[in-house]
Amino acid sequence: MTDYEAVIGLETHIQLNTKTKIFCSCKADSWGDEPNTNICPVCSGLPGVLPVLNQEAAHKGALLAAAMHAKIQPVSYFDRKNYFYPDLPKGYQITQYDQPIGVGGYFDLPMPEGYTRHIRIHKLHLEEDAGKTKIINNERFVDFNRCGVPLVEMVTEPDFRSGDEAAQYLVRLRQLLRWIGVSEADMEKGHLRCDANVSIRLRGSEVLNTKTEIKNINSIDAVRNAIAIETERQIKQVEAGNRIESWTLDWDADTGTLEKMRSKETEADYRYFREPDLLPLILKPEWIEQVKNSLPELPLARRQRFIDQFALSLYDAEILTTDKALSDYFEAALKHYKGEAKVISNWITNDLMRILNDLNLSANELKLTPQRLAKIVKLIDSGQINTSIGKSLLKKVQEADQDPGEIVRREGLGLVGDEEAIRALVESIIAQNPAEVTSFREGKEGLIGWFLGQVMRQTGGKADPKLARQILLELLKQG
Amino acid sequence: MLELSAYETIEKIRTRELTAKQVLEAHLDHIKKVDGVPGKLDFGELSEPEAKKVHAFITLTEDLAYQQAEEVDRQLDNGIAPGILAGAPITVKDIFCVKDTLTTAGSRILSNFKAPYTATSVNRLQKAGGVILGKVNLDEFTYGSSSESSAFKPCPHNPWDTTRVTGGSSGGSTASVAAYEAALSLGTDTGGSIRQPAAFCGVVGLKPTYGRVSRYGLIAFGSSLDCPGPVARSVKDAALMLQAMAGADPRDSTASNRPVPDYLSALQKDIRGMRIGLSPDYFRNSMPDLETGEIIYEPIQKEIEQAIYDSAQVLANLGAEIVEDVPMPNTIHGVSVYFVISRVEAASNLHRFDGVKYGYRTGKDVSDLHDLYRLTRVEGLGHQPKLRILMGMYVSAAQYSAQYYQRALKVRRMIRDDFEGIFDKKGSYHLDALLTPTTPSTAFELGAVYGNTVMMQCADQFTVPANHAGIPGISIPAGFDQTGLPIGIQLLGPDYREDLIMRIGHAYEQATQTADWRKAKPQVVRELEE
Repeated sequence: MTDYEAVIGLETHIQLNTKTKIFCSCKADSWGDEPNTNICPVCSGLPGVLPVLNQEAAHKGALLAAAMHAKIQPVSYFDRKNYFYPDLPKGYQITQYDQPIGVGGYFDLPMPEGYTRHIRIHKLHLEEDAGKTKIINNERFVDFNRCGVPLVEMVTEPDFRSGDEAAQYLVRLRQLLRWIGVSEADMEKGHLRCDANVSIRLRGSEVLNTKTEIKNINSIDAVRNAIAIETERQIKQVEAGNRIESWTLDWDADTGTLEKMRSKETEADYRYFREPDLLPLILKPEWIEQVKNSLPELPLARRQRFIDQFALSLYDAEILTTDKALSDYFEAALKHYKGEAKVISNWITNDLMRILNDLNLSANELKLTPQRLAKIVKLIDSGQINTSIGKSLLKKVQEADQDPGEIVRREGLGLVGDEEAIRALVESIIAQNPAEVTSFREGKEGLIGWFLGQVMRQTGGKADPKLARQILLELLKQG
Repeated sequence: MLELSAYETIEKIRTRELTAKQVLEAHLDHIKKVDGVPGKLDFGELSEPEAKKVHAFITLTEDLAYQQAEEVDRQLDNGIAPGILAGAPITVKDIFCVKDTLTTAGSRILSNFKAPYTATSVNRLQKAGGVILGKVNLDEFTYGSSSESSAFKPCPHNPWDTTRVTGGSSGGSTASVAAYEAALSLGTDTGGSIRQPAAFCGVVGLKPTYGRVSRYGLIAFGSSLDCPGPVARSVKDAALMLQAMAGADPRDSTASNRPVPDYLSALQKDIRGMRIGLSPDYFRNSMPDLETGEIIYEPIQKEIEQAIYDSAQVLANLGAEIVEDVPMPNTIHGVSVYFVISRVEAASNLHRFDGVKYGYRTGKDVSDLHDLYRLTRVEGLGHQPKLRILMGMYVSAAQYSAQYYQRALKVRRMIRDDFEGIFDKKGSYHLDALLTPTTPSTAFELGAVYGNTVMMQCADQFTVPANHAGIPGISIPAGFDQTGLPIGIQLLGPDYREDLIMRIGHAYEQATQTADWRKAKPQVVRELEE
C-alpha cells in the first residue's frame, strides 16, 4: 500500500466586528434583522453611489495581519472583481487583488498530539461581503443586509497535512480573532467561513498535484470531515489509475457529503482592475508601528508563559488562556492573592468556569472581580471560613455585587470557633442520640463522622470542624 | 429677461427687481415655445415643426422648481440671505440622481427609475438657491459625442441650426443654455462631454479638475475620468456655478479636500505676463486607419485654426505671452487610450443594471437567471452600451489585459507627463495654460457621424487628454464658421487651477464683448422673434 499525504491550504473569510459596514454607514451586524432592513443606496448598489472606506476595517485588518506576522503593506489597493449574481448588487465585489493589506506571515499551530505545524500565510486582504440568496418554492429571494459587511480573506500556503490540522487551525484562529478583538468569530453566524484546497502526493514528495477546492465548510467538524473524505476520494482515484481533476466541490453539511459544483475550466474571468472609486490605502510607517505595538500578548505565547512562570500544567494553562478576559482575570486575581498560582488556577478552572458558563458571561463581566476571588481564597487560607462556604460565596458575591467579607459578616458565615457554643451543641446531640452513643462506646468509632455531620448540619456548616471533632471525642469517650 | 446672465439674474432677484418666481415662469414659458416634445421611449417620426425644436428635456420638474423659487422669494421676504445661486434657472443632465425624480441616463434600462437620493452636486446647487427646471437629454449613459444615442427621442437639436447635432454627451445641457431655456446647466465630462457640446452650441463649458466636484450621485461612465461641471453662457456664470459645487464630500473619497478658492474674485485679475502655449499637436486631426491602424493626419477646419490664432492675438494684446510650438507628443494616443480605459470602467459600471433591483426588467418569460440578465440587458441597453461592454470585457479579460488595459494605463501616464512637463514651474515652458481648439470641426449634421463609433470618438480628440491627465479645461465661444455654426476654443490648465483658465477666458470675453459675432442669436430664438 502506497503512503500518501494530503496537502491542504485554507482560505478563511473573517467577518470583522466593526460598528459599520466597510463602505457605508449601515451597521455591520444584521444578525436577526428582517431582510433588507439594514441597507442604504451605497451597499445596495444604486446608480451613482460611491464607496468610502471605513477606517476601522482597515485598522482591524492590519491588526490581524500583525498577529499573523504578516507584512502590513504601506500601500495597498482595492480592486473590482466582476461577476453577475443577484446578491451582488453592483455586479462586482470590491476586494483587494494583487496588492493586499497583508502579505506573508505564519502561524505556529500546536497539535494536541504534541507536535507543532508551521503554517505560512500567503496573504490577507480586505473585501466586502455579498448578500444572501434564498430559493423558496422556486422563487428567488435576495437579502442585501450582509452586502458590504467587512471581511478579511486570509489565505494560507498548502501547509496542512490533514483535516485534523485544518480543524485545529480554525480552533486556534477563532481563539486569536476573539483575543485581539477583530471578530466575534462565531462560525454558526458565518463570521468565520472556510474553503479548502486539497491535493495528495506520495509522502516525502515535494510536488504539488492538481487540487480540488471545497467550498462552504463552515464548522470545525465539517472542515475535518470534508477534508478527510476528499483525501480518501483522491487516494482511491489515484490508486485506480485515474487523474484528479481540478473540481470545485460543495460541502453539504446536512448529508456530510461533497457535491461537484463545477470544473475549474469553466470558471469565470473576473476581469480584476483597480477600483477607481477608492484611493490607494496608504498606511504610514508610524501608524503601522502603532498597530503592531498595540497587539496584546497572543494566546499561545501567554499559555507558554503561564507554564514557565507559574509552573502550571499545560492543561490548566490551556483553560486559562481560552480567552483573553479569562487569562487577564487569572493574572489579576493572582496579583491580589499573592500566593500559589495553582490555587487560583484551581479556583478558576473548577468553580469560576462553571459560573461563567451558567451565566454565559465573559470573565471581565463578572461582579465577582479578581480582587474579590482573591479575597475569598484568602479568607479560607486564614481559617475564617471553610472551603464549602468559600465556594458558596462565589455565587453570592456575583449576585450581590458586594465584598465577600461583607457578606460573611452580614450572613454570619464565619466559622463558629466558640468552644462553649460547640460544647453545648455536642452535649445536646449526645443527649438526643443515645443509641448512636452506645454503639460508639461499644467500639464503632467510625460513627464519629456521623456525629460530626450532625454538628455541621446544625451549625449550617459553619462550625470549625477541627474544634468540633476534638470536643466530640472528649465528651463521647467520657461516658 | 431670458438673455440675462445668471449673475445678472441673481442680482436682480436679490435686489427684488425680479422675483425668482417671475424668472422661473419666464423660462418655463420659453421652454414651452422652443423645446418641443420632451424625449421619450419609442418615439415615432419627427414632424417638420418638431424638427425645428431644441428637445433638450426629458423631464420637466416644474413642481420642484416652483418650490425652490418660492423658497428663495420667501427667504428674501424675510430678510434671509439666499444662496449664491438664488433663483438661477438650472437644468441638470439626466445622469445625476435627483430624489423622487425620474433619472434615466437616457437609457431604457433606467426609464422607470426614480432616484431615492440626490447627487451631491445637485444638492449643493439647490442649497445655493438654484432652481432646477428639469432633467435634460444626453447620449445613453453619456456614451457619445452627439447626444443622438439616447433612448429618449427626439434627441437634442442644435439651437443654432436644428439640422445639426448639439454634440455630446451633455447635449441637452448645452442646448438648453444656448437656447435660453436655462441660465446654467449641470453636465458631465468624461472625454469632452461638457466642452465638446459647449463648443458646438456656442456656450461656455468647464471640466473641473478630477476630484474638484463630487461624483456622488452621478451615474458612472468612466469612474476615473468623470467630472461634473458647469455649462453657462459666460465664464463668470460658470465660475459662480463651480463655486457652489466644488469641494470635499464625505461620500466621495476621490473628491479633493483642497480649499476652494474664490473664483469670482480671481476673474478680476488681469492676465498680463501669463504664459499661454499653442501646440502643433492640437492643430491636426488624427484618425487611425481602420484597416491598418496607421494614424492618418488631416488639417482641422480652417476657421477653427484661425479662431485660435485670432484669440491668441487678443490674449497677447492683453499682455499675455504666447508660447508657440509646445510639443504634446502623446495627444494622438488620447482617443485610443480612452477607447480602452473608459470601456473597461463602463462595462463594470453597467454590471449593476441587471433587472434584479430597479429599472427595466424583461417582460418575457424567463427560464432561468441567466435568461433574466440576458433579455433584460438585450432589451434595456442600447447599441452604445452594448458596444462598450463588449470592448471593455475584451480588453480587461485575463488574457488581453496586459496587452490593452495595463498598456493603456501606461500611455495615460505619458499623456499626464506631457501636461506636467509644460506646466512645470521650473520646466522650459512653465505655462499657465494651453490654448487649443475644443473640436476639430464645428457641429456636424444629425445622422452624419452617428453609427461610426470611431469617427464619433474622434470628435473628442482635443478634449480627452485633459480627462486622462485629470486637469481642468474650459471651452469658450470664439465666433462662428461660414455657415454660422459656433466655434469653441479650449484652455487647459494645471491641477486645481480652474481660476487661471477662467481668468484667461473671462479676459478674452471682456476683450471681445463688442465683436460683431457676439450679437448673433441662435436660430430657435431668432425664429421666435421673427
